[in-house]
Amino acid sequence: MSAVDATELRIVGFLCNWCSYGGADTAGVGRFQQPTDLRIIRVPCSGRIDPLFVVKSLINGADGVLVSGCHPRDCHYSEGNFYARRRLEVLKKFLPILGIDHRRFEYTWVSASEGQKWKTVVSTFTEHIHQLGPAPKINREALVLARTLAAKAV
Amino acid sequence: MQHLEELKQQIRDRLPALDLVIGWEAGFDPLRATPLFMRQPDDVDRLIIGPQCVHNLATHLTGLKGRKIGIVVKGCDSRTIVELLQEKLINREDLVVFGVPCSGVVSVGKIGRKMGSLDYVEGVEFSADSVTVASEGVQNSFALEEVAADKCGRCQYNTPLLFDVLVGEPRPGDVVDDYADVATFEEQPLEARMNHWLEAMDRCVRCYACRNACPMCVCRDHCVAQSRDPHWMTQEDTVENKLLFQIIHTMHLAGRCTECGECERSCPMSIPLLLLRRKMNKEIDALFDYRAGTRIDATPPLLSFKVEEEKINERGW
Ligand code: SF4
Ligand code: SF4
Ligand code: SF4
Repeated sequence: MSAVDATELRIVGFLCNWCSYGGADTAGVGRFQQPTDLRIIRVPCSGRIDPLFVVKSLINGADGVLVSGCHPRDCHYSEGNFYARRRLEVLKKFLPILGIDHRRFEYTWVSASEGQKWKTVVSTFTEHIHQLGPAPKINREALVLARTLAAKAV
Repeated sequence: MQHLEELKQQIRDRLPALDLVIGWEAGFDPLRATPLFMRQPDDVDRLIIGPQCVHNLATHLTGLKGRKIGIVVKGCDSRTIVELLQEKLINREDLVVFGVPCSGVVSVGKIGRKMGSLDYVEGVEFSADSVTVASEGVQNSFALEEVAADKCGRCQYNTPLLFDVLVGEPRPGDVVDDYADVATFEEQPLEARMNHWLEAMDRCVRCYACRNACPMCVCRDHCVAQSRDPHWMTQEDTVENKLLFQIIHTMHLAGRCTECGECERSCPMSIPLLLLRRKMNKEIDALFDYRAGTRIDATPPLLSFKVEEEKINERGW
């Protein structure tokens, strides 16, 4: 379970305080085996998640981003996750034009009592990201590489 | 333009009750118009209308909120006004809208590429469906269709959707916009798409003309591109930073962008910015059946929700 395990990828998780963070905690208390690639950031509500949190993570080198909140209708603030659902869905649909694989971003709902479900979500998502492999870099090096390849093609 | 005199008269009639009326006048050469702010009856003499009147003048409205403004609009510009009203960024009672049905505007960029150079244009003549440009001793004629702004080829709103005064005959807009350009771009592999944006954004000089020209970018001093709290972006000249800004702009315009194309037109580096906005609009339309600036009493989709979303497939895990 070493944090510097070379096979780990960088996955960022935005979890709402009231449900999914609790769910992840429940999974921990239940001592469920889980992959360790995910770094969790706790936010008050999935409605607090600006889609740009996700974009900024992806641009700055995350291999995957997972957002999880309370199930629709169970939001601590009544409707935060309803707004989140629209924004996150729109974001997921938008990513492909940028050349970012939309499978690197997922959002879902896990309640505080669903430790087992949290384990499934985190394992499945991590597995998907491992199948996709490390994300292509978005920086000057990538640009230079793209130019070199383009020049060779001519 | 046979309707120009009629438009001028309408403006003169209403000017006394207004602080100013915004229209277009000839710019530094006859191909390029520039915004005209009419305060005195004399100013109205300089007004022009025609395919060179490309600016979406609604961009000026939020900065003038609270004053009595008249504005000349084409069909696409009127969508912007609808959107601004819908978001309560301007007041209807402060506004007099002079609508002109439109048959398209020219893209100076396209003409420039065809002519080779457009440093100084000596003369331009417009007919119903062509434009003749004389520049540096060379004279060329083009079909209007061939040098029109891309948005005009897919325009469904040639007649303004909202106006107090309409000058000229309403024109039907019977084209269907199926976002074919977005679909074509997305036929490329992911890697090629990313490389396209890296190349394009590498040219960006962060002048923010795209933001300043955008009528829906109303944050002014509080724009995330420059705010330090929160500090979303650094001032570094990196390609990822510049790409991030365009994504921010697109996200902030989600469900609000009326596709006037001012961002792309004003970009000095010819970055195809509208494609990102159109992708966003395509998805918003598919998910929420909504096109910004077409319904004055609607709520932008990202400012509302349905308990049961019809078209969002909640992926079960
Ligand atoms: S998009 Fe339509 S209304 Fe706007 S300039 Fe083109 S033809 Fe005119
Ligand atoms: S980019 Fe966003 S923050 Fe900046 S002016 Fe436009 S809408 Fe406002
Ligand atoms: S107008 Fe063009 S060059 Fe200027 S900031 Fe926008 S994208 Fe960059």
